[in-house]
Amino acid sequence: MTAVEERTGNQVGAARKRKEDQHLITGRTTWVDNMTVPGMVHLAILRSPMAHATISSIDVSEATKRPGVIAVFSGQDFAETQGNLPCAWPVTPDMVNPGAPSLAVTQVNHVGEAVAVVAARTKAAAQDALEAIDVDYEPLPAVIDMEEALKDGAPLVHPNTTSNKSYTWAFESGEAGTGQPIQAALDSAEVTVTRRFVQQRLIPAFMEPRSTLVQPVGDGVLIHSSTQIPHILRTMMALTLGIEEQKVRVVAPDVGGGFGGKIPVTPEEVITTLVARKLGKPAKYTESRSESLMSAHHGRDQIQDITITARRDGTVTGLDVHLLADMGAYLRLVGPGVPILGAFMFPAIYKIPAYRFVCDGVFTTKTATDAYRGAGRPEATYAIERIMDELAAELGMDPMELRRKNWITHDEFPYTMVAGLTYDTGNYEAATDKALELIGWDDLRREQQERRDRKDPVQLGLGISTFTEMCGLAPSRVLGSLAYGAGGWEAASVRMLATGKVEVVTGASAHGQGHETAFSQIVADQLGVAFEDVEIIHGDTQSSPKGLDTYGSRSLAVGGIAIVKAGEKVIAKAKRIAAHLLEANEDDLEFERGSFSVKGSPGSALSIQEIAFATFMAHNLPDGVEPSLDSDAVYDPENFSFPHGTHLCAIEVDTDTGESKIRKYVCVDDIGTPINPLIIEGQVHGGLAQGIAQALFEEAVFDADGNLTTGTFVDYTLPSAADLPHFTTDRTETASTSNPLGVKGVGEAGTIASTPAVINAIVDALRPFGVNDIRMPATPERVWRAIQDGGSGGAHRAAEGTNAYGGASTTTSDGGN
Amino acid sequence: MIPVEFEYVRPTSVGEAVSALGEAGEDAKILGGGQSLIPILRLRLAYPTHVIDVSKVDEMRGVRDDGDAIVIGAMTTHDEVMHDTLVAEHAPLIAQATGTVADPQVRHRGTFGGALAHADPAGDLGAVALALGCEFTAAGPGGERSIGASDFFVDYLTTALSPDEILTSIRVPKLGAGWSSHYEKFNRVAQAWSIVAVAALVKRENGSISEARIGLTNMGSTPLRASAVEQALGGADASADAVGAAAELAAEGTSAPSDLNGKADYREHLARVLTKRAVVKAAGIS
Repeated sequence: MTAVEERTGNQVGAARKRKEDQHLITGRTTWVDNMTVPGMVHLAILRSPMAHATISSIDVSEATKRPGVIAVFSGQDFAETQGNLPCAWPVTPDMVNPGAPSLAVTQVNHVGEAVAVVAARTKAAAQDALEAIDVDYEPLPAVIDMEEALKDGAPLVHPNTTSNKSYTWAFESGEAGTGQPIQAALDSAEVTVTRRFVQQRLIPAFMEPRSTLVQPVGDGVLIHSSTQIPHILRTMMALTLGIEEQKVRVVAPDVGGGFGGKIPVTPEEVITTLVARKLGKPAKYTESRSESLMSAHHGRDQIQDITITARRDGTVTGLDVHLLADMGAYLRLVGPGVPILGAFMFPAIYKIPAYRFVCDGVFTTKTATDAYRGAGRPEATYAIERIMDELAAELGMDPMELRRKNWITHDEFPYTMVAGLTYDTGNYEAATDKALELIGWDDLRREQQERRDRKDPVQLGLGISTFTEMCGLAPSRVLGSLAYGAGGWEAASVRMLATGKVEVVTGASAHGQGHETAFSQIVADQLGVAFEDVEIIHGDTQSSPKGLDTYGSRSLAVGGIAIVKAGEKVIAKAKRIAAHLLEANEDDLEFERGSFSVKGSPGSALSIQEIAFATFMAHNLPDGVEPSLDSDAVYDPENFSFPHGTHLCAIEVDTDTGESKIRKYVCVDDIGTPINPLIIEGQVHGGLAQGIAQALFEEAVFDADGNLTTGTFVDYTLPSAADLPHFTTDRTETASTSNPLGVKGVGEAGTIASTPAVINAIVDALRPFGVNDIRMPATPERVWRAIQDGGSGGAHRAAEGTNAYGGASTTTSDGGN
Repeated sequence: MIPVEFEYVRPTSVGEAVSALGEAGEDAKILGGGQSLIPILRLRLAYPTHVIDVSKVDEMRGVRDDGDAIVIGAMTTHDEVMHDTLVAEHAPLIAQATGTVADPQVRHRGTFGGALAHADPAGDLGAVALALGCEFTAAGPGGERSIGASDFFVDYLTTALSPDEILTSIRVPKLGAGWSSHYEKFNRVAQAWSIVAVAALVKRENGSISEARIGLTNMGSTPLRASAVEQALGGADASADAVGAAAELAAEGTSAPSDLNGKADYREHLARVLTKRAVVKAAGIS
């Protein structure tokens, strides 16, 4: 598509180039690691080489003598002051949280855990001194496999617990009153299909490694950090370290990507703050890529046991979901809640009468997990879209026909589904029909048959993902019912300056999304001012004092609406002053294209800029009106937004080598009213790349001793553009009725939808070979072995004794249906 | 991460480089294009006392005609090799294989000789050099010596170069009439090392294959020749079936590694499949 520079007319809907890109792509950025302040010390962190061990002694005396070293601290030095890293989502009242020190004090629980920190005059000096720190570890058994970890007598990750289970979270539609009892569906099923799917561990792999600079300021601190959550970080730092909140200022300057990976309060942020305060000097820590891959939180890592029941005619009657979710060694900010977000999305777009979801959160001696793009919803979407294909195969039904038979039709909205969510709008038929046409589905099916008939070594498979997701976190009341430790509102201010320019303050915190452009478009249209005259202020708790930050595709659907609400207040204030100046009754004024005029007499009009100036001068205001148009709003959504769409994938599988190559990828997404099609396109492309990467390329693998064996980008295989196909993207536009802009989130849709489309395509290609699943990533080796052996090809990657297939000794089971 | 401290020397001639290497002693490393050494230094997997940067040694750069061979300077970058007319004419296999090395940024800095001297069995150029019968010219305190390709690769990341020697150039015999070639590479993402790759040189005469030379990438601790395949192809029909039958022998005498990209048996299977593909493409069999 072409970027159109619209200068006139409506900004909303125009494919504007992003105003923030000029400085981002020409090296004029302020990454935290670019910052240097006078007297600053550089930190390097010693990390545990052991997955699980007690620290019997630690001697830093030699390191303190190294050239350039100012101080060296171990966990003992901060044992009384560091507190525990916050987990804001106790998903059940009895969830076990054993605590999470930033610097290990007595025990390490994963490779890469911070053990000591060196402060030196240069980064190199700090790095060099690490090798002089002497730590004695007393090894404990590594806990790698979730199923083993839950067995009686399994070694405990944390000595202050009685089992490796952190929580069990359960939902059952009969009990909840949102549907029928699952047991009845299971007992009366004409057809039952059970499968085990494995969500491999992934690494968010943001482009900018995390960096934190802390400056002591009086009794308080100024923290610059590459974070998605400056506002939450401020509050949490105050609570964790006992610094009064008004004395903590957090700035997220330019932040180079996050994908959820910069959502928690990190050990490194706490350590840097502790050192800066202890030394009374500014301190900066920047992780290396190796440290980032090893110790920044990971994502996914679930074992999913899924049972679907149906009648012979294809009517789905029940869905039963049992998850094991690997928390890793510690509970991070929202880690326990990630699989719970998925709980609401397994029933997806289907009218399923009975539903059960049970999830055990499990501790292992691996890097902690937390949000990664999609957070719970990709896992859910994968499971339901995979099991629908397996059910179709069992029934001998066309997989699209099965979906059509069970999905909510466009005239059934609003629809309250079996997990209790009310979908406001949607049109699955329209998106699907468009996608089928774009990809040329019938021709591809014919070609598939021809290739099968002639036993072509290259087989063709067609994969479907008809998805929905819930995003725009979130109605505060809903979050409250889930014991989430914060609300879901967002704040905004709109300020009219004397010269007619506009400042917009948002609590959303951009790290690549294009907020400045999209928000400017909205405000330009609403106030009738030029796009260029709008400045977006964000990412600093001093200039943007109130907010809940950016994750869960919430910036537009929540943050954007807050801006609209603040803008409405500005217009209302301006109207009163305009009426006074025009000597008219307020009710007789209309506001259009930035101008107030008396209805029916267009001759006399005042622009909002003129009102702004008059307000600034304040020489002639109505009695009792304060001289300001500036307005604040805090918006709490009444519902989530529910983007949906149909993704189709045609894949060629070379049965000689096992290589899978995407030939065509088509997606039709419905994200409601588009604000900027160019930004949408960018979000969809990036999302697809990450979702396809889960299907084909990425996996964080630990060996039996708990070492991350995919510790560099040589082994953690991120795809580049050269490895991905052309994407054909299109949209249907069914406006959300839950917010005044009609918008839905788009940041995660591509990631959530694409993974099952790819795997369904590979399995579809290979079904004649007896293949009924492929473990992710579908490496050529796995695909080849599946072709040789039938089944899932699952328990084959690399040496035995790794978690490369969801657990060191996880047995694979394909359900027997 | 940041490398440990080392002495940095930047000679401008082979003579200076050899002296510098001699003075530096056992724990010196030669820096060519830096595409392997710099990451190893940054990860602190190597702790050299001296790094001798040969990037300013002009006599180690460029490609020249030497009668029945072409000579490629060790410091010629991959990108230069890919676009060199002598290479294109007399050793197109090198140009093709070099085009699969990593990505354009790496190819603009990495060097032909550096990759060979690093001797990573997953690197693409070793198998090509083996198949082509290249000769490696090394300069040391006693002057120059020539090392045959079959003697050059000794073990994993180990060559016949002694610690006081520098690889200065590689002599590539020109292929005579009737020879054609193909490099068949299999990897997971574009910039990755080969899981397995096959370099095939084939000489066709009167509808059959009179001679073939096959190099295997990443099927052992060094690049390997698939001798059994070469023998079976000598005099074989230039047909897909005959090539396929010969290619079944591709894993003989190999000791493929097992890692995240594939266990040994899968690599052996790939060697057979890719050998057939490489020979079929090299020989122009439809």
